[in-house]
Amino acid sequence: MTVSGRRVAWRRRRRAFAAAWSDYRHSTPGMIGLVVLVLIVAMALAAPLLASEADLRAIYAVDNPRWATPSEYGPLGTDNLGRSVWAQFVWGARISLLVGFAATVIAIVIGSLVGIVSGFFGGIPSALLMRLTEWFLVIPFLPLAIVLAAILGPSVWNIILVIGITSWPATARVIRAQVLSVKERLYIERSRALGASSGHLMNRHVLPNVSPLILANLTLTVPVAILSETTLSFLGLGDPTRASWGKMLDEAFSAGALTRNAWWYYLPPGLGIMAVVLAFVLIGQALEEILDPRLKEGRS
Amino acid sequence: MSLRFVSLKVLGALATLAFVIVFNFFLFRVVEGDPVANLFRGRNLTQEQRQELRQQFGLDGSKLEQFGAYVQQTLQLNLGRSYISNEPVSKEIWDRAWATIALVGISTLLSTVFGVLIGIAAAWKRGSPTDYTSTSFTMATYAMPDFWLGMLLLVTMAVSLGLFPVGGITDAGSNATGFGHLLDQAHHMFLPALTLTVAYLGEYAIVMRSALLDTMREDYLTLARAKGLREVMVRNRHAVPNAILPVVTLIAINFGFVLSGAIAVETIFSWPGLGRLTYDALNGPDLPLLQGLFLVFSAAVIFFNLVADLLYAYLDPRVRTA
Amino acid sequence: MTDMASPDPGQEHAAPLLSVRDLHVTYRGAEGGVPAVRGVSFDLAAGETLGLAGESGCGKSTLAGAILRLLPKGTTVTGEVLLNGEDVLTMKPGRLRAVRWTEAAIVFQGALHGLNPVQRIGAQVAEPLEVHGRAEGSKAKVAELLEVVGIPARRAAEYPHQLSGGQRQRVLIALALACDPSLLIADEPTTALDVMVQAQVLDLLEKLQRELGLAVVFITHDLSTLAANCERIAVMYAGRIVEEGPSRDVFRSPAHPYAAALAAAFPVIGDMRYRRAPSGLGGDPPDPRAIPSGCSFHPRCSVALPACTTDEIELRIVGPGRRAACVHAGEAVSAG
Repeated sequence: MTVSGRRVAWRRRRRAFAAAWSDYRHSTPGMIGLVVLVLIVAMALAAPLLASEADLRAIYAVDNPRWATPSEYGPLGTDNLGRSVWAQFVWGARISLLVGFAATVIAIVIGSLVGIVSGFFGGIPSALLMRLTEWFLVIPFLPLAIVLAAILGPSVWNIILVIGITSWPATARVIRAQVLSVKERLYIERSRALGASSGHLMNRHVLPNVSPLILANLTLTVPVAILSETTLSFLGLGDPTRASWGKMLDEAFSAGALTRNAWWYYLPPGLGIMAVVLAFVLIGQALEEILDPRLKEGRS
Repeated sequence: MSLRFVSLKVLGALATLAFVIVFNFFLFRVVEGDPVANLFRGRNLTQEQRQELRQQFGLDGSKLEQFGAYVQQTLQLNLGRSYISNEPVSKEIWDRAWATIALVGISTLLSTVFGVLIGIAAAWKRGSPTDYTSTSFTMATYAMPDFWLGMLLLVTMAVSLGLFPVGGITDAGSNATGFGHLLDQAHHMFLPALTLTVAYLGEYAIVMRSALLDTMREDYLTLARAKGLREVMVRNRHAVPNAILPVVTLIAINFGFVLSGAIAVETIFSWPGLGRLTYDALNGPDLPLLQGLFLVFSAAVIFFNLVADLLYAYLDPRVRTA
Repeated sequence: MTDMASPDPGQEHAAPLLSVRDLHVTYRGAEGGVPAVRGVSFDLAAGETLGLAGESGCGKSTLAGAILRLLPKGTTVTGEVLLNGEDVLTMKPGRLRAVRWTEAAIVFQGALHGLNPVQRIGAQVAEPLEVHGRAEGSKAKVAELLEVVGIPARRAAEYPHQLSGGQRQRVLIALALACDPSLLIADEPTTALDVMVQAQVLDLLEKLQRELGLAVVFITHDLSTLAANCERIAVMYAGRIVEEGPSRDVFRSPAHPYAAALAAAFPVIGDMRYRRAPSGLGGDPPDPRAIPSGCSFHPRCSVALPACTTDEIELRIVGPGRRAACVHAGEAVSAG
């Protein structure tokens, strides 16, 4: 009974994945990060269960006390319009996380494509792509994002697009460097000698070696995207109809929560962002430690 | 450093600037169909008014003519008129530029110096409590939004403790001059500068620490010790000059982010600089002003990157011959 | 216990320049100590050349580092290292720094990062002069040193990456001579170089040693270079000296099976014994964390006896000025 080559490859991958997972479990910071992230995502997904969406609307909050402290009202008190801060926090998590992830996906997809194509094919298209990447890297992120957001108008999808478009260069650069180093490895030459096509080389050799790097890059890009969304929302460029942590900070600031020291309004969003970002940083560091030796050896 | 090397770098910077100018044009004139409708979204204009505005903005020619007019205007530093204030954009920007330059300049200087010092201490005493505290501190400051840190500082230091003013650049109604005036401004600048410094020094500390840890393993350090140098000399004369190279690169990369950070931080502290101006411009949206600000910010970053590139080449002789 | 017998009768009776006595070096490892040097003793007289041979991991570089106390923090070093009668291991830090480079200097491998990449060559050669208070006329001295090793003085303004491997090695030699030391420790100075360049550097070292009357400890894994350049050879294995004696004798008729295998691995052209292909030695040198019991060489030894697995073998006198740590020492042994 012969086993197909594909099955062997999948078995190998599953074993490699299991080994990586067990390595990961040994990293305490990594596990802490993962747990925190899972908790926050769970909270965001469970938003309808934790707070009614109606609590977000000012019209329904007319009868609520204004600027109520957490001991007077609800888990986290109310804001200047009487809306529940807890509801804003829980529902705001959704937007912050959604934008973070979606924008990262866009940035990674564009960045990886540019990086892989530029690194693999080389020549003039590569030089042009790299010039383009350099230019985009130089343009300061926030002014560009502001200008784009001002033109496109405030909505969640526009924000996702804006952050995605401004974040891909960093990924492209890193991926391209890795593709270049993979290209130089001997087994690519040998494969070509055996008559392998570019497509085959791409699938069997380049992508498997580049994927871990893409994953590591993802864990770095998401927190940056979330911080970007926070800043954009704070500046008033976010979707005015949806709650987000950045928007909470904007409203807190505009309504004078600082002079009133209404800490229940401006502390939770900031702490929430810190928690998510730190979680990703810890996860990213743990992943780097696991994947690094493999990246160096390559899989021949 | 040869003249050829420097000129190549300068040309590269100019090319990038040219790209930004062209990109800017595309953003506004080509993205949407009717630029006038775009520029004056939300206002009701008659056909005549629209036509007049088109002429005023040079929008009545073909796209190519428009582009030519735009480039010419830009090179003459005519960036249009602010929609909100009706003042020339270049004047608005010029009036506010120094406040931002002072704020960002001092913050970058302080965050670099302190970040590097912390990084050196953490690496040289690896594994010690110094190392752990500094690493935790830098991770925490990296994770928080810079303007949120500003909010916290504002609440504690200005509102609750009353140690610092809540905003602005000088006390209202104060007619202090000379040194008193300068002191007043410095007093107002303290919190925003502290915010930007703390928000970004973490990255310098991390990079310096890891660069120094890598350098500490190099053979030439053992050689330096074998020659009879004291540890401090080994560190300062051999380890640090090599480890500081990635930090220089980081300063260049970070500058764009610090400028971006200044936008929100200036807003929090009502600091009358370009950042605050950007925030105000968003209320229109005052697109000519935003466009001009975008150009100025980009030009500043390009220039700063050029300086950092040349500085790096000065510090690392291996790059010069390339 | 290692042999602490009186110096061989073949040596001069003047006080040796360098005297290493029962040196043990243990690195701090993740799971406990890692013994790199396990009881090494030897003497070196002024102007004498000693070659130290062995494969990677045998402890020879550790030994070199130990002589001037250049090992990483946390490394345990016991024994004595007497340099001109003073024990380096118990010197106060100030005295140690004064002694470094002025009495003994090391020539490291001239790899790309053996020199500070962002500092000019001239400045790096001048540095020990500054440190030891000889800054007066350092520029002239630097030029002189560079000329002596065959590098034009004007190249002092260049950076390490602008020099070839052979040139960097010469700079390191010039550097080592800056404070007129009486002992030179050369740690694999020719390993990274091409054969032709190797020969040039070896010639240079030999000429300098003769003209300046330097004592040299020459460390390498290539036994054949030692045979031509050193008066005496010591072969190291797993942290111990397993054979020691006049270089010609050790190379031509090794008494220890490992020394024999090492000699056989580097054939001499023209020597009839090497008409057949040199026999390689199977296996790898032992991991310092898991050194075999008894004679540490027994797993790879073709003439091992049952006793070799349990009894530690001491250095035995094989001839005038010759010692070997093998149970067969005293008989003629050749690689199988």
